[in-house]
Formats: sequence, C-alpha cells, structure tokens
Amino acid sequence: MIAEPFGYSSPQSLDEAYALLHEHGDDAKILAGGHSLIPMMKLRFAAPTHLIDINKIPGLSYIKEEDGFLKIGAMTREVDLEESDIISSRYQIFTDASKLIADPQVRNFGTIGGNIAHGDAANDHPAVMMALDAEVEISGQDGKRSVSINEFFHGFYTTAVQHGEILTEIRIPAASGHFGSAYHKAERKVGDYATAGVAVVIRVDDGGICTKAGIGLTNVNAVPMRAIRSEEALVGSMLSAGDIAKAAQYAAEDCNPSSDLRGDEDYKRHLVSVITKRMINRALERAK
Amino acid sequence: MKTVTLKINGTEHTAEVSPRTLLVHLIRENFSMTGTHIGCDTSSCGACTILIDGKSAKSCTILAVQADGTEIITVEGLATAEGLHPIQEGFHLNHALHCGFCTAGVMLRAVELLEKNPNPTEEEIRWGISGNLCRCTGYNNIVKAIQWASAKMQGKELPSTEPVFV
Amino acid sequence: MGHSKKRKEDARFIQGKGNYVDDVKLPGMLYMDIVRSPYAYAKIKSIDSSKALEIPGVVAVVTGKDLEKYNLHWMPTLMSDTQMVLPTDTVMYQAQEVAAVIATDRYIARDGKEAVIVEYETMKPLMDPFDALDPEAPVLRSDKEGKTDNHIWHWEVGDKEKTDDIFSNADITVKQQMHIPRIHVASIETCGCVASYDKVENHLTMYMTTQAPHAIRTVIALVAGHVGLTEEKIRVISPDIGGGFGGKVPVYPGYVIAIAVSFLTGSPIKWIEDRSENLQADSFARDYHITAEMAGTSDGKIQATRFKVLADHGYTDASANPSKFPTGLFSIGTGSYDYGAAYMEADAVYTNKPPGGVAYRCSFRVTEAVHAIERMTDMFAKKAGKDPAQLRMENFIKKEDFPWASPTGWSYDSGDYHAGLKLAMDTVGYDELRIEQAQLRKEGKLMGIGISTFTEVVGAGPSKDFDILGIKMFDSAEIRVHPTGKAIARFGTKSQGQGHETTYAQIIAEELGIPMEHIQIEEGDTDTAPYGLGTYASRSTPTAGAAAAMAARKLRDKAKKIAAHLLEVSEQDLEWEPGKFFVKGAPEKVKTIQEIVFAAYTNHPEGMEGGFEATHYYDPPNLTFPSGAYICVVDVDPETCDIKVRRFVAIDDCGNIINPMIVQGQVHGGLTQGIAPAMYEELIYDEAGNILNGTFMDYLVPTAVESPNWETGHTVTPAPHHPIGAKGVGESPTVGAPPAIVNAIVDAVAHLGIKHLEIPVTPFKLYKELKAVGYFNQQEA
Ligand SMILES: Cc1cc2nc3c(=O)[nH]c(=O)nc-3n(C[C@H](O)[C@H](O)[C@H](O)COP(=O)(O)OP(=O)(O)OC[C@H]3O[C@@H](n4cnc5c(N)ncnc54)[C@H](O)[C@@H]3O)c2cc1C
Ligand code: FES
Ligand code: FES
Repeated sequence: MIAEPFGYSSPQSLDEAYALLHEHGDDAKILAGGHSLIPMMKLRFAAPTHLIDINKIPGLSYIKEEDGFLKIGAMTREVDLEESDIISSRYQIFTDASKLIADPQVRNFGTIGGNIAHGDAANDHPAVMMALDAEVEISGQDGKRSVSINEFFHGFYTTAVQHGEILTEIRIPAASGHFGSAYHKAERKVGDYATAGVAVVIRVDDGGICTKAGIGLTNVNAVPMRAIRSEEALVGSMLSAGDIAKAAQYAAEDCNPSSDLRGDEDYKRHLVSVITKRMINRALERAK
Repeated sequence: MKTVTLKINGTEHTAEVSPRTLLVHLIRENFSMTGTHIGCDTSSCGACTILIDGKSAKSCTILAVQADGTEIITVEGLATAEGLHPIQEGFHLNHALHCGFCTAGVMLRAVELLEKNPNPTEEEIRWGISGNLCRCTGYNNIVKAIQWASAKMQGKELPSTEPVFV
Repeated sequence: MGHSKKRKEDARFIQGKGNYVDDVKLPGMLYMDIVRSPYAYAKIKSIDSSKALEIPGVVAVVTGKDLEKYNLHWMPTLMSDTQMVLPTDTVMYQAQEVAAVIATDRYIARDGKEAVIVEYETMKPLMDPFDALDPEAPVLRSDKEGKTDNHIWHWEVGDKEKTDDIFSNADITVKQQMHIPRIHVASIETCGCVASYDKVENHLTMYMTTQAPHAIRTVIALVAGHVGLTEEKIRVISPDIGGGFGGKVPVYPGYVIAIAVSFLTGSPIKWIEDRSENLQADSFARDYHITAEMAGTSDGKIQATRFKVLADHGYTDASANPSKFPTGLFSIGTGSYDYGAAYMEADAVYTNKPPGGVAYRCSFRVTEAVHAIERMTDMFAKKAGKDPAQLRMENFIKKEDFPWASPTGWSYDSGDYHAGLKLAMDTVGYDELRIEQAQLRKEGKLMGIGISTFTEVVGAGPSKDFDILGIKMFDSAEIRVHPTGKAIARFGTKSQGQGHETTYAQIIAEELGIPMEHIQIEEGDTDTAPYGLGTYASRSTPTAGAAAAMAARKLRDKAKKIAAHLLEVSEQDLEWEPGKFFVKGAPEKVKTIQEIVFAAYTNHPEGMEGGFEATHYYDPPNLTFPSGAYICVVDVDPETCDIKVRRFVAIDDCGNIINPMIVQGQVHGGLTQGIAPAMYEELIYDEAGNILNGTFMDYLVPTAVESPNWETGHTVTPAPHHPIGAKGVGESPTVGAPPAIVNAIVDAVAHLGIKHLEIPVTPFKLYKELKAVGYFNQQEA
C-alpha cells in the first residue's frame, strides 16, 4: 500500500510551522507520530498534498505538574505516559489506557496530541480527556487559546483546531484530595480499537461523598462523548452500589452506538453499563 | 526528492527519496537489506519492526524522510564480531521460529523490551510482543526464547532449551 | 530419531539472510499491480487505461482482452474447474483481478492502478449458498455450456439405508445445523512471484510462493504449452516461504498474468500482493454448512451418524483436493468411535465469493469433519446424561481392534485412544475441575471444560486412489553421497517452516549413519529436485520422509555389498550399526560408511555401478491416522462474556517422532491456528457482496496475548506400514483444537440452556445467545 505523492517539510520551530501551514493551505497536514495519518494515506483514505512534520520542533514533549495542572506537551509519546512516575502514581487512568492502545511499537511513536487532534471517537484519549476535564491549548500565528475538551470535538475527524493552528498542550486539573481514575475498553483482541470504552474520574471528600465525577465514553457515539447524567447521578452521592448502578444505566442509555462488526447497539450499551460500573469501582478504590 | 542520510547497523547510508517512500522500502529496496519484511498494509503485523534510535518501530508506518539523521538497527545488525546476539541464540535454541518471516521483527521488538525490562514476566512478554503477529509458532517458544535471552543477558543460569512435555 | 536437534535452517533466518520471493531482484525487473473489482457481480462495460499509460514509468496495462488473444484468459483449477485469469466481460467476486498495470517501480504501478478507469454495470450477487440452490436463482456460470443451475457436484459415502434404519429406531438422536466459517490461512508472507522469461532461450524461470513447485510447473505447461512454454522450458523455484498452510498450493491469476507479461515483454515481472488483496482474493478455506446427526442408545452407545453438507465454493471450485475426493477426506467424520453405520452427503454450489476451498493446515476437509463429530459427541453425551469424557472412553475404538474398518471405508492403521484421553485427563486434573466447576456455578461463575478426541487421516496418498490433475500423489527423495562421505538430498516437497532441512537430515542420518551436519537438504527447485506433489495436508513426513528412509535403505544395501567386498567376507557375515558395517563376532573388522562411500568411487566391486546415489518415489500403501486428545478449560466473564482460555492440554499421537522439538513446535502453532477460527477469525460478507473484514485490522489473527500457554504431550503408536512408523503431525492441532474450545465454552453455559454455539464464538455472539435464553434478566433480578 502506497500513498499518493506529497511534499514534506520539517520545521524547527512553531513559527516556521505556522508559516508553512499558511503557505501550503488547506490540503497540508501536520505529521505528529504519524500512526493514524500514515496508515490512512497508505490506504489512500487521506491524500494531503503536503506534510508538515512537527517532530523536530523542540519543547513539545513533557509531563509536569505546574500551576495546579498536569501539563502534557502535545508531542508526548504514548510510551512516555506509560513510563512516567507522575502518571503511574497519580493518574492511573493513563496507565490503564496506554496499555490498551495499539501495541508497543505504535506507542513508541503515537503522540497524545495526535490521538486527540485526529478527532476520532474510536481513539481512547478523547474519553480519558473528557473524564479528566482537560483543557487543550491551541497555538497559531495569532497566539495561544485554550479550549475546553467539551468544546473540542466537532465531528468525524474535525476538531476545534483550525487551519494554521497546532495543538500544543493538554492541561488537566491536578489530582487532589481523594482522587481516583480508571479506564477500560472491551476490544476484540489486543491492539484493537474499542468495542466500547469507559473513562472514569472520581473525587470523594473525607466523609466518602462524591464531590466530582467525570465519565467519558469511547466509540459509542459519533464524536467522543461525556456521560453527563451519570456524572450528575454520582456527585453528592455516597457511591453506593445503587448509585453506581444508576450511573452505569444512564451511560448505557445516553450513548449512541452503531452496530458494526464489533457488536450491535444492544451489546455495546450492555458493555458500557458493565464497564462503567467496574471503572467507577476501580477509580473509587484508587481514590481511597 | 529529498536527501536522507542515516546510519544503519553502524554504517552511514544516503539516498534520494520522494517523501512518500516508506522507511521499510528505503531499507529493503534502496539499501538491499531484505531481512526486514512486510506482512500487512495496516500497520498491524510487526514484520517490519526495526529499532530507530533504540525504539522499536514499524518501518512501514514511518516515512524515509522522517528517519533522516537517525540510527537504525535491523536484523542484519544484531550479531556482532563476537557472535550472535543473545536474542538470536535464544530464538534458535528454543525453536522460536518456523518460517522465519516474522522473526526479525519479533527479535528486534524483544531487544527493546529486554532493554527496558530485563526480567519480564510471561505476561509482560506476551503483551510486549502484541504488535507482532506470528502465524507459525503459537508463541510458546517465542516467550521461552525471550526468557532465555533475558537470563543470558543478565549472566544468570540458563534455562533448559529442551522441549517440555506433559 | 527422537532427538530434539536444533534446526539447520535457523541460521539464515535469525540473521536476516532468508531469501523470500520479495527479496528476489533481477536486472530490468518491472513491477505489477492489479486493478480489482469493487463489485461482487458486474459486467465490465469498458476499461480505459489511457490515463494510466500517461504516467511516466507505466509500461503497460493488460486486460482480459489482451490475454484472450493468446487464449490465456482462463485457466484450469486443480479441481478441473475453470477460473478467469483476467475477465473479458464479467466479474464474479469483489476484489477479482480486472487488469494489471506494469511499471518501472512499485510506487508507479500503484499510481497506475488508481488511474485505470473501469466502468461496470452491477448485478445482484448471489451470496448465500442456500439461495444458490433455488431453481429460480440466476445461473452464475453461464460461461459453461448447458449449465442451468449453480450446483457443482454431489458426493456421498456410507450405507444410507442401514443408517436411516438405525436413526428411526434409536433411543436417542441429536441433530445440529452448524457452519464451519470461511477463513483464511493468513500466512504472514503474502503471495507473489517474479516471472522471468528469456526470449533467446525460450525459457521461463518462475520464482514463486508455492508449496508444490512441480505440480505448478506442470500446470503452467498445461496452461501455456500452446504458446511454446513446454515443461522442460519452465523452471519453478520456490524460495524460502513465509508460511503456506495450504494457501500457497493454488495457482492464482496474478502468477499467470506475470508470466504472460514477462513472455510478452521479455522483462522480469515482480508481483507481490498486499495483505488486503491476499485476504480478499486468495483462496479461502472451510465454508461448510453441515447438518449433523448422531443416533445411539439411552446408555450412551453411539450407533450411527448422518452428515449433510452444503459447500460454498465461490465462483469456481478451486479446491486443492485429490481428484477423486471432491469433499477431500471429510469421510473421516465418523471419528474415533466404534460404530457401524454412517452416511454422509455433500453438495457444492457456486456463489459470488472468491474461489477456493484450500486445505488450510488440514488434510482436505478433515477439520470440518472433526468439528461435526466432536460437537455431536458432546451433544449426544449431554442428552444421554453422561460425562463427555466417560462417553468417549466407552465408545472409542479399542487399541486391539486396529486395523479398523470404518463405516465410510477407511482402514485406520493404529491408535490408542484410551491412553491419549487418560493422559490428557490426568494432566489437566479432570475430576478436580468438574468439582471446581460445580462449586463455581453455585457462585454464579461460568467455567467450562471441553474435550476433543479426534482421528486425522493424512499422508495422501496411495496412488490407486490419490491424484491431482491425474498426477499420482507419491513423493520423492534423491540422495547423493559424495566421495568424502558428505551428502546432499533433494525432495519433491517444500518446507514453509516445518523444518525439513533438519528432519529429513535426521532421517537420513539415522538410516545411513552420516552425521546430519553433513547432510544438505534441498527442495523447491524443479530443475534439480525429483518430482513430487509438495508439502500440504501433513503429507511430507508420511510420503517424502518415507522416501528418504527408503532411498537411504537402498544405499545401505549397496554399502553392505561394498563392505563385504572390502572386508572380504560374505554379506551374511556383516552386521550394521549406525555408521558402520562390521563382521559378526569380530567387531575390529569394520568399515565406516565414509570408507564405504569412498570405495564406491575408488574401489567398488567389479560389476557394480560406481557412485553412491539413490532415488526413491514412495507410494504409501495406506494413509496414516494420527490422533489426539485435547482438553480445554475456559472461564467466561458472566457480564461482558469475555472468554479466557485458562488451560489447554494437547496430547497427540503421531506415531514415532523424528524430532520432538519440531513436532512440539508444529503443535503449538497449529493450536494457535485452532483458537483462531474457534474464537476470532471469519471472513464476513454483506448481502451486496462486500467483504467486511478484508484487512488485518478486522481479520483478527491472534497475538501472543490471545494465544494461551499450550501444554503438550504425546502417546506413541507407530504407523505399522510406514518405514519409520511416523504419522505426520502438522495439522492435528488445527483440526482438533476448535471443537475442544467450543465444547468448553458450551459447557460453561450449558446449564443456562445453551446447546450449541457457532464458531467463531466471540463475546458478542455469546452475549446474544445468553440474552436469548433470558440469562441477563435473571442476573438483574
Ligand atoms: C495498528 C494500530 C492500532 C491502533 N490502535 C489504537 C487504539 O486502540 N486506540 C487509540 O487511541 N489509537 C490507536 N491507534 C492510533 C494511534 O494511537 C495514533 O498514534 C494516534 O491516534 C495519533 O497520534 P499520532 O501522533 O500518530 O498522530 P498523526 O497520525 O501524526 O496525526 C493524526 C491526525 O492529527 C493531526 N495532528 C497530529 N498532531 C497534531 C497537533 N499537535 N496539532 C494539530 N493537529 C495534529 C494530524 O494532522 C492528523 O490529521 C492505532 C494505530 C495503529 C497503527
Ligand atoms: S508490515 Fe505489517 S506492521 Fe509493518
Ligand atoms: S515463524 Fe512464520 S510467521 Fe512467525
């Protein structure tokens, strides 16, 4: 499988990259890890005329806690998340998700920025970001702007990133208090995209009352979605089995899966319910 | 056309390529090193796995131009003047290959795995090679071979390479 | 024999020095890519190559009309059906070859392929084989004169009357409709070739991924003989092969187009298919719809079986079965059990799917047969209220009853089924598992134990019954020992990973006493190797392995004569010990095989031919009947329906074992290819004829994570008629594993009202079945 011909530039700075994006117009694309884009180009599902490779731009890969946020540079590779101490000690949701994304070779290249910017509801990070209430920093010639993850996904392969812009950073409210997070997806075999996936973030106060809940769903809606009714059912509750069951039921009702080879609508709703329940429990355990 | 200069197995190579040239084709066609294979068109099989700056990578999903300035190890570069790499020995002694088509990719993936995790459990090995499909071996002996290489690389007592039957 | 010698062939593979077909590079070589049909059934209205030909580097675009001029647009299949090389008017399945683009590089060939414009007029495809039987159905093969339906052939075996009679009077009968789905071998190397025609010498060299180089050369000569390519002018070289499993037996259109183009242009042509093309267009395996029935007594004695098959062959019967066996060796389906009546019938039909019916790691439809009998045995046990292990023990053919005449006409050579199952049960801890299962059920947990005790039939085959396109299915070995006592041996088979370079050398070493390090094995070049029908259906050890032993024995006879001459004694006074002849009672009077061989060139007895070479074409007196007892333990997640294989114990009996390490490796690999169709793989088409999972993204080949840790062992019941008592093992695990796994999954949920599950049993499928019996309602309540 071979892509259509295209041009290629490898800018050394963001400014150079913006200039190239403007110069090459709408049919140019950013190349990050390349592990979503290149496979699509090889199958000729995508045919950008020019690739702007942002791998040589310094300063886009980091994981740090700063100003009350966990900040992740857009070019941070999946493998860096897997191996980060900050992540594995306080944000296990990433550890859960990374292990289930593709395979080690793909994770050596795939970036978190690309995973989100691809705008595919089948990818795992979008749901994780929704559960975490992330903000996305988008940069361009006119400066930087910050977009809530809730406003980020516009449609199939379209996001808040406009032409000429680059997603540069992901900001997540830092873990505090009794905070727990978890992710799981059902997959047909290891490395597969999700049949259904659920990301859960929970915070409880000292009395065990849920003060915050974030629930994101993978591949059960046209765009990555947040299970708002489920979150509402949890906040303020003691997270009893009944509360959790209700949240699971809402998530299953509110998602909008399509029938395909991975399963029919009914099965996917069922999975959402089961996995939501399990992930709330896992997050809760981690919060304690 | 773009000029690409990279080191493969310690030797510098240069080629003029069009941006769409895949790294796997650069290695196989331009540089005639055919030990790296192609088994799919969807980045799924891992037959094309090489090491780029020490990271295992699917060379069918990387453009040749992206590899400019990198150091690459392919299966042809695993052995040294002293002899075979422990992973090569492990694969041979434990019968971890049948047709040999997936072998280069699995070995290179295993090299990085052992680099990061010198003493992996069976489960870690299985997940660690989950980006490599082998249709022949059923994976048992690949796991065994990686365990053997792990012992050898750490100077531990070598496990038996005799087949174990119930 | 019996030694786990490390493999001789490994050295090149672990150092990246294997030589696979895509590694072949010839001066002036051009690349071919193939335009394929997006539709399953359509008329070709026009093909416009002009845009493609404008691309610099595109050399030619070849269509069916171009081939028609040379009468090369159709070719015979191995089953004497006909298959298009390139269509002149109609396409019959999605991904069928429509035109070929030839260019100076593979990237340009690919661009050229995109630029060829084909106009189609689509027709409604016939996708369901049952619909194909409908008298009103459109006749797909209207190219065949007088064809008025979609029926290909009918086959039957056994005593219908006697069987029907038992069924009408039996205490217990069970019946199940089942589908053994269409799957693909999916070897990690796809198919391809380099066709190199030399105009001056009128000679074709064909490097290609084939498991049967000699047969292929004969087929090429039959297809292209009329344009001057006669058999002596064709050299087929099968280089290292990245897995075959039966998928590299057929002749695919791509090969023939490459030959035709090389013939016309005089340039070497390379064609390497993509994975998607491989999955979508190359021969499939299985796809049998079976109605299976078993009858027996209320105390669990099996009395009769009745199988009715509908085989979906796609648009042409491109199976690779022996000619007289359109359903292959399906009639082994009476299994390992002692009963006297069976009747089986099969009908094959055309549909708008890719052709095929290859013997995917299977001795010609044995997998389908074993699945049916092993599922039915479990269903029968359930109905009779017996433990499935117990019921098998009570119905097995007894060790002392071999050779055993099966109701479908086979003569089983040998076996000890009780010993195999007992070993498997002891290893897995069968009784304890049943106790655990009862406990888990009380806790609402789902665990199942499944058994498969199968008999295989391999080593095709005796020439009175077995041929392909008329060529008898013997196989061959030629051994040449050089003056210094080092040997080269050549075979008509072709390893695709089975380790022939090691096992054949071991056989010869055993028979002649020459160290195996000094025996070089060669296969796969029709110019040098003796004629043979190739490697598939576990036939290499039973046929070529036997040929090696027989050729070596011819040499040993000669060696004895020379030794007698050298030691000045009579032959009767000599005794053989591997590597030397010595005089009985005087062991110091000895000649080593090396001394004897040297003498064959320097000092052989008067009247004897010089040299030390022998060839043997081995025609087996019977097939061999390997068997196995497999036990699988699964845990099922009661909510998500995820299925995890907790343990899998496989006890095989493949007779005498040449190299235990290699046999075990074959079993491991075959087991993973057994879990694949049981739980993951199936080629799926929609009603419009589109394949829905034609890439490795959706055709789910198991990784090391899905594949469990296999526990293997063996019992040894030698094949009495085979020179070294070996039976062949390459395929037993692929054949035996799926029913063990499905039986285990069914067992896990049987108490919830599930009687049968179709493969592949995915969590999604299991969920639907459990939902249908109301399981999730109970759970919620
Ligand atoms: C075999 C295989 C299996 C996979 N399985 C999974 C899976 O299970 N789950 C999963 O989540 N993913 C999976 N992926 C996808 C993988 O995780 C990708 O790496 C990821 O989706 C995209 O990241 P990337 O850095 O490779 O992006 P690229 O491929 O480089 O880019 C993807 C898209 O995002 C745009 N883009 C990238 N970075 C930026 C940026 N900083 N700013 C603006 N636009 C940008 C690109 O222009 C492009 O349109 C799989 C991939 C493969 C090959
Ligand atoms: S060739 Fe299959 S992953 Fe690269
Ligand atoms: S050894 Fe053949 S694919 Fe792995």
